[in-house]
Amino acid sequence: MFLTNTEDIPGKTIQVCKGVVSGSTVRAKHAGRDIMASIKNIFGGELVAYTELLSESRDEAISRMKQEAQELGANAIVNVRFSTSSVAAGAAEIYVYGTAVVVK
Amino acid sequence: MELIVFITLLGLGYFFGRLAEKRHFKSTHDREKLHLRLPTTSLKRPMGTLPPVTESSLVSGNVVISVDYCKRILAGLRNIFGGQVSAYETLVDRARREAILRMKESCPTATQLINLRIETSSISKGAKQQIGSVEVLAYATALYCRPEA
Repeated sequence: MFLTNTEDIPGKTIQVCKGVVSGSTVRAKHAGRDIMASIKNIFGGELVAYTELLSESRDEAISRMKQEAQELGANAIVNVRFSTSSVAAGAAEIYVYGTAVVVK
Repeated sequence: MELIVFITLLGLGYFFGRLAEKRHFKSTHDREKLHLRLPTTSLKRPMGTLPPVTESSLVSGNVVISVDYCKRILAGLRNIFGGQVSAYETLVDRARREAILRMKESCPTATQLINLRIETSSISKGAKQQIGSVEVLAYATALYCRPEA
């Protein structure tokens, strides 16, 4: 499965367009991590727990999107876009979408 | 009592926050020098003429950085008078540069990165217990070319 965020895949040609595919996930970190983040917030700096949380959820969203594309019989997803929104306190929604295509 | 706590937090934030920021800017600067040879653009097509592309893939890097206590208070004061909030400017600058660097570090063998997109979002914990932090995600398409013989 090829993934790109450009409109085509360099070196390959798009043959069939299968439509938009997307994947999303909402995740929260347990309270212990939230407390650690609050403490870290006094000193400033990177919040490693949240960085991990978001990158894990992004991988999850991508794998859901890939699965949807596979069901459509596509072998690549082009023009992939990410979007993040905070739904509630301490939880984040990751949404990823793209166009499933068949390339050769 | 509350005043003592406040001043302690302010002091801790000022001291450690400055130290961490200085160190981070230095490491960012050094690592950016290392990755200068990897051309990155926000264009949809590759720059110049490339040898045939053998592989392309989506690469990304993300980071969550929070602002320290002292800066948050300063920014709060700045909010009253208006104007440039440099406390937050350095925060987002650090986050963006770090995210781009992480993205580049994840694909050291790429020939060129195209269509770079940067997305920023804030992770806040509600009005009462605010975590002044930003998340930055940088993503791009990495092109791998056959090395010229």
